[in-house]
Amino acid sequence: MLMTRSAPAIAAAPIRTRRKASAGTKLLRKLTPYLYVSPATALLVLLMLFPMIMVVRYSLMDGAIMKRDAAFAGLSNYITIFENPVFWQSLWQTLYFTVMSVVFHLIIGLAFAILLNSNRIDPLLRSILRVLFILPWLFTAVIIAIIWRLLLDPNGVVNSVLMALHIIDFKVEWFSSTKTAIHALTFANIWAGYPLFMVSLLAGLQGISKELYEAAGIDGANEIQKFWYITIPQLMPIIISIALLDFIWTMQVFPLVWMTTGGGPIYSTEMLSTFTYKLAFAQYEFSLASASAIIILILSMSVTYFYIKHQQAR
Amino acid sequence: MARKRSFKSHALPTLLTYLGLAVGLVFAGFPILWMVFSSLKSNTEIFALPPRLLPEVFTLQAYVTIFNDPTKVRFFLNSYFVAGVVTALTLVIAILTAYGFSRYNFRFKNVLNIFIISTQTVPPITLLIPYFGMVVAFRIFDTYLALILTYMVFTLPYAVLLMTGYLNTLPKELDEAVLVDGGSSWTALWRVIVPVSIPGIVATAVYTFLLAWNEFLFALTLTKSMDLRTVPIGIQLLMGQHAFEWNEMMAMSVLGSLPLLVLYLVAQRYFLAGMTAGSVKS
Repeated sequence: MLMTRSAPAIAAAPIRTRRKASAGTKLLRKLTPYLYVSPATALLVLLMLFPMIMVVRYSLMDGAIMKRDAAFAGLSNYITIFENPVFWQSLWQTLYFTVMSVVFHLIIGLAFAILLNSNRIDPLLRSILRVLFILPWLFTAVIIAIIWRLLLDPNGVVNSVLMALHIIDFKVEWFSSTKTAIHALTFANIWAGYPLFMVSLLAGLQGISKELYEAAGIDGANEIQKFWYITIPQLMPIIISIALLDFIWTMQVFPLVWMTTGGGPIYSTEMLSTFTYKLAFAQYEFSLASASAIIILILSMSVTYFYIKHQQAR
Repeated sequence: MARKRSFKSHALPTLLTYLGLAVGLVFAGFPILWMVFSSLKSNTEIFALPPRLLPEVFTLQAYVTIFNDPTKVRFFLNSYFVAGVVTALTLVIAILTAYGFSRYNFRFKNVLNIFIISTQTVPPITLLIPYFGMVVAFRIFDTYLALILTYMVFTLPYAVLLMTGYLNTLPKELDEAVLVDGGSSWTALWRVIVPVSIPGIVATAVYTFLLAWNEFLFALTLTKSMDLRTVPIGIQLLMGQHAFEWNEMMAMSVLGSLPLLVLYLVAQRYFLAGMTAGSVKS
């Protein structure tokens, strides 16, 4: 995932200098780069461009996929979506879930990166911890979902511990109460997602020149000042990149919700993705679902626009 | 006075660092340990009061049940097969593309680059609806092909970017030596570039495998027969069927995470190096 940041490196690839050759080989040479990139391009056109055109078409029709001769319906599907209060609820819940996740991924990821970068601890221990701290990232969303369903079960260990500590005085049904479900879900996602920030920021920390800290030390800066005036500004490009990527990906959350709450109870954890999925594959309203999917795409693309701008500026 | 100062500047920060790491370790590790040990409990012990991390009686019963159930074994075989094929295909195509990107300048390069980057951020749910239509129209609904083909859409962009980042770190004198000797760029790529790119290729392969192994949405929607279900969907079905067989679900989860864990540990050095090579250098 980190390699997405290598994008500018592509643009800066070396220019080849070549010797003069006959017209035939010249043509072949001109075509060579296109031949190398053609399989990927063809596949992405088939699997990306073509489906995009289809989904836009579906969203403008009435009864796409289900009806043989679906009629043109203009923007009526979009209007139906915008008039649906569940759509708006899903939108706000998705934003809450996403913003909270990204903020805590950043805080936890940064804290762990700084701790793991510390030279106060034994190098061997440090490299073992580095591996252990990445582990949550390796788990499938489905598995994360059922681990947290077990931990947060009304009879589960989290409730037992919280009751023993007198933080709560009854068994909370974390995933089945409209009050707590979205927070439980967000917490599980925070647990699963911080390592992306941690790994990138750790690489970033190791790239900060020690001389900067030494110079600041000579000028009498304390640790907190060094953190705010050196570490954070130096890490800023990485923080922005990863935050935008994390935002885009977290917004697309599906399996975690599907496997814990399914969007319930009473829509309290409905996300844009589950809302759209249900429209398509539970109600077979493919045209409405397509309109909703296009709205998600536009939201996602507007964040992507800033992401690419930021990448190219780096 | 001097002693107090040295305590302040050394012992306290060190203590706080260790404390922070300990908290982090519990945060990251406890849920995983709970999963592993729950898979070794009998089902009656799962919600024992007071809760115990370690099982009172260690039992492999949950694992035995899974291995004796051909349907569940099939989930794993399906996941290995699909993720394996996707990884192989993705690698070949990504290496070709990355070589084109890394060693040549051509028209549309920047357009193609932006296209590939933005492909990474397209929501899967947006693609799922037309994929469903396409897969039904091409009569490949409920086949391995439907999964393999659609998985490439999200593995390929990463693989191309990872590999391009890696190839950019290799000096172009490497392929020039082959060209001077009269070899083609094709020979240079496979005889010289690929062998020295093993770390990058391993990193890309591990990451591609991870993405394909973890996929849920397409597998849920584009297949329907039990014979074609992958591990994540298998776990979901298990959850629906016997909601109370927690030890078995935890055992499925352990087995479902194992390949990624092993791959990650084996390739760890390559993985982090490969993942950071391009990003830091750029």
